[in-house]
Amino acid sequence: MRSSIIVFPGSNCDRDIKVALEKMQFKNQMVWHKETKLPKSDLIVIPGGFSYGDYLRSGAIAGKSLIIDEVVKAANSGCLILGICNGFQILTETGLLKGTLLRNKDLKFINKDIHIKVLNNNTKFTNKYKKKQILKINIAHNEGNFFTDPVHIEKLKKEDLIAFKYCDENGNIDKNSNPNGSLDNIAGIFNEKKNILGMMPHPERMIDEMISNTDGVNLFSSLLN
Amino acid sequence: MKISKQLIKKHGLKLEEFEHIKKLLNRDPNILELGIFSAMWNEHCSYKSSKIHLKKLPTKGKQVIQGPGENAGVIDIGDDDAIVFKIESHNHPSYIEPYQGAATGVGGILRDVFTMGARPIALLNSIHFGAPEHSKTKSLLNGVVSGIGGYGNCIGIPTVAGETKFNKTYNENILVNAMAVGHANKDKIFYSKAKGLNKSVVYVGSKTGRDGIHGASMASAEFDENSEEKKPTVQVGDPFTEKLLMEACLELMKDNSIISIQDMGAAGLTSSSVEMAYKGGLGIELELSKVPCREENMTPYEMMLSESQERMLIILEDGKEKDAKKIFDKWDLDFVVIGKTTNTNNLTLKFNDKIEGEIPIEALSSKAPIYDRKWIKKKPQKKEINLKNLKKIKFEDALIKIISSPNNSNKSWITDQYDQSVMCDTAQKSGSDAAVIRIHNRDKAIAVSVDSSANYCNSHPVTGGKQIVCENWRNLIAVGAKPLAITNCLNFGNPENKEIMGEFAECLEGIKEACEFLNYPVVSGNVSFYNGTNKKNIFPTPVIGGVGLIKKLSKPINHIFKKDNSKLILIGKTFGHLEQSCFLNENYSINEGLPPEINLLNEKNNGETLLRLINKNLILSSHDISDGGLITALAEMCMSSNYGAKILKPKKLTNMFKYFFGEDQARYVVEIEDNNLPKVEKILRENDVYYENIGFTQNKYLEIEGELKISTKDLFKINNQWYNNY
Repeated sequence: MRSSIIVFPGSNCDRDIKVALEKMQFKNQMVWHKETKLPKSDLIVIPGGFSYGDYLRSGAIAGKSLIIDEVVKAANSGCLILGICNGFQILTETGLLKGTLLRNKDLKFINKDIHIKVLNNNTKFTNKYKKKQILKINIAHNEGNFFTDPVHIEKLKKEDLIAFKYCDENGNIDKNSNPNGSLDNIAGIFNEKKNILGMMPHPERMIDEMISNTDGVNLFSSLLN
Repeated sequence: MKISKQLIKKHGLKLEEFEHIKKLLNRDPNILELGIFSAMWNEHCSYKSSKIHLKKLPTKGKQVIQGPGENAGVIDIGDDDAIVFKIESHNHPSYIEPYQGAATGVGGILRDVFTMGARPIALLNSIHFGAPEHSKTKSLLNGVVSGIGGYGNCIGIPTVAGETKFNKTYNENILVNAMAVGHANKDKIFYSKAKGLNKSVVYVGSKTGRDGIHGASMASAEFDENSEEKKPTVQVGDPFTEKLLMEACLELMKDNSIISIQDMGAAGLTSSSVEMAYKGGLGIELELSKVPCREENMTPYEMMLSESQERMLIILEDGKEKDAKKIFDKWDLDFVVIGKTTNTNNLTLKFNDKIEGEIPIEALSSKAPIYDRKWIKKKPQKKEINLKNLKKIKFEDALIKIISSPNNSNKSWITDQYDQSVMCDTAQKSGSDAAVIRIHNRDKAIAVSVDSSANYCNSHPVTGGKQIVCENWRNLIAVGAKPLAITNCLNFGNPENKEIMGEFAECLEGIKEACEFLNYPVVSGNVSFYNGTNKKNIFPTPVIGGVGLIKKLSKPINHIFKKDNSKLILIGKTFGHLEQSCFLNENYSINEGLPPEINLLNEKNNGETLLRLINKNLILSSHDISDGGLITALAEMCMSSNYGAKILKPKKLTNMFKYFFGEDQARYVVEIEDNNLPKVEKILRENDVYYENIGFTQNKYLEIEGELKISTKDLFKINNQWYNNY
């Protein structure tokens, strides 16, 4: 499977996701944001970091960069797109995903291992997980507080477009297990066609028992399935 | 402009220093030249009060590739790998403007590391605040923590370890020390020494603004009631630009274009150009009209003294300009040739071809004043505390008081604000004795820790100096690393005061002795004097940052109990030393007497033997015993796991409080699999290590026979309250 990682000035999880993809045998290429052509890809990843220093609004400037037109075109023709953390923020800025990511509810950067529950395992991104599986995974963000309008949230629920929700280690989804104030504890969503996934947690940080755990591995192996 | 006495004073120079300048120049300096002298001769840049003492520190060893004197120290960790690291203070700016002060502290130390060709892989910090109840403490804590996080998180280097302490001695002068650690190829280290005539001097990075003018001079004076007015001397950080600058520099370093490179830190363009020329025995000529400026009509004076961040000076090989510029264009950074190396041995400053200033490089470097300041030994406060004379307290209450105190509470409120995991090589995060960072694409890892003990250093500077080195060494041992070398940040009061100078000289004496004995050389560092306000000096607070090597990383050793019913061994001898302890401090507000003595022989033997045990896979968990003594160490091991411990009543008990809260040195608690006990005891005996079997792990409760029973859940709760309620 061929993957492309889009690198913006200020991206800082680009190497991490590259390591993960290559470990999972993806044929990967790094694509600089000033490029106007994408290499042939089955998967495009928009990595985490602080593209353009989060200036103006996180993801806002990257969402207007040259390569984004190509990403939108690829998305519309069914290419798989994965946006992690800042990548999720950029996807909402481009309109490929609806909704927005606000400042965390306590106005502080949060980095810790939290738990999420797999809500829909019938997608290209999640088919190797069990339904309702609980994953321990790292978050690291200032703006991860997902918000959207009532019509969209209804649609997300009805069409099974919520990928992950924050929960506690026993799977309880409530206020206490919500680290950043996200609406309905939402940690990741799909677009209507389920070829685009945006998520705040970092699966690429969970692929190595020596460093953390391997709860992120199945996201990548799902893609290969 | 005539140079008045007032102007000289404003530049932080003494009148006799001004006379010295005139002699060196054979004339009066103009205002630009005066500014340059003030930037180079201030304490922060010239080390004029500390130099003769620093020379005594051991800086050599088989493991050392580069000792002090460069942007950072470099050590060998085997194969082609080198580790580049340094610690630096940003105390004064952080007190005036906590967010930017702390942020630019991180930015500055990162530049020191990637300037040398290393990719930064870890950040650490040591931050000291005044009493929690002091009106400024809360906002300073908030500002500093978000500043450190703001910079590190954005640039994408994990902040992996640190210490946060509160003490009223820092009420008017907080300490913010930042340490950066990078990984480089041993054969691809870049230095600041210029070579060759007529080589292009290139300015890269951010544009120059009017921020930070005289920042280094500010850091070389005490605060007074007008300190707030110094806000404009604090620089503003831009981690995004630094990220671009770092990637651009590392990209350029892949080929052989760079002759020498130096970051523009304190005293900006002035110190970077002088440093490069001085080390190369050359002159340097700058055409200041070419300097990229952020603001209009900036004068040569302002350009030379600006401390705008995220800038570098590079001397390039002939013919490499075009390719180098391409890299900086890609990253949208300025790249301008602003001068050349010369054979004049002068710093020559031109503006539109007209010479605005010319100073012999030597006058700014080797001929700068060096002071052998008067100092006196500290009179030791030989006072023994007799527990019988103190109000009786319950054992459990004493423990609770300690683990719920600001200094010993769980610090996840702070560390959750730092990205500790980015780069995906953090094998052990903060919270244990040391953090462990795997070297990317390798089996090996490094362990890193920062440590200080201001109370000990204040009571007895020589012992304190020894203790902080040992404590740091011990923290690396406890995670299974072989300690290799240190960097130090020496935070002291006013060196013109002979008592303060005495604290400095004596702390250094202690550091020297311990470093020599442990083969633990100093490879980089920084001195910060004038920490104080209106003649009130801070406690002497040297901070040690250590790096150790784990040759083959399996799951890292930490202080978290691993299983039920394993054996607990206390390594090292317990005498029950309570003076200067956390116990007396937190429970009785007593800060008298001498700190525990350091026995370097035992320190080395206990540590090396434990390292052997860890390398033989005989240790499940291990923890250094420090503040709060044995019981606090045990409580920490319980709180971080799901297990408790049952401790047997010590056989040779003199006093429960002394035994469990005493802060005797060179001690560790280790957890051992039951069936490994004979092997472990044999090795300890063979190496003449004093040890005691103190009990075993159990479920749910920390217990001492007949004295204490407290659930680990409660311990955790008590330990996690303070920050969230502050």
